[in-house]
Amino acid sequence: MGIDLIFKIAAIGILVSVLNQVLIRAGREEQAMLTTLAGLIVVLMMVIKEISRLFETVKSVFNL
Amino acid sequence: MEIFKIIGIGLIAATTAAVIKPQRPEISMQIILVAGIAMFILVITQLSSVIEIMNSFAQKAGIQPEFLKTVIKITGIAYLTEFAASICKDSGESALAYKMEFAGKIIIIALAVPIFAAVMNLLVRIMP
Repeated sequence: MGIDLIFKIAAIGILVSVLNQVLIRAGREEQAMLTTLAGLIVVLMMVIKEISRLFETVKSVFNL
Repeated sequence: MEIFKIIGIGLIAATTAAVIKPQRPEISMQIILVAGIAMFILVITQLSSVIEIMNSFAQKAGIQPEFLKTVIKITGIAYLTEFAASICKDSGESALAYKMEFAGKIIIIALAVPIFAAVMNLLVRIMP
């Protein structure tokens, strides 16, 4: 799971950067900002699942 | 071998984060986060078997199970705090990281007080 997720997040980052550049060149600063925000939210939703898995594992191993 | 997997994940995550960082620093932080979680989940199963063995020895030695449980719990809290604080520090928020470490220390002290009290009780009982 780990390395796939890293590549996925990196791909989202590159895609968002490209879209950002294109939209800024086209004079759509607002849309560019919203694209950045959407990319960040998508990545956060992916990462938050992993964080919850980490917490579950730590809880079960260390009897927290 | 787990160590090759971990080295691979670390190097690839570092390279990817370095590529992404100039354009999207927030996404590079998420990459580092995921890499840390992946490494931790790879090695944690071995630690759990070590804890099992420690538990069995404590039972044989007649140590109160409550104490060993507290020690293991403190290890977990320390690990989690350090993990979160180092990620905060990497993303440039060292003030937040220090606060997180401080909160972790306070919680650890609160957990360790019963052990300390038991030692003190023993000392008082031994002394005339």
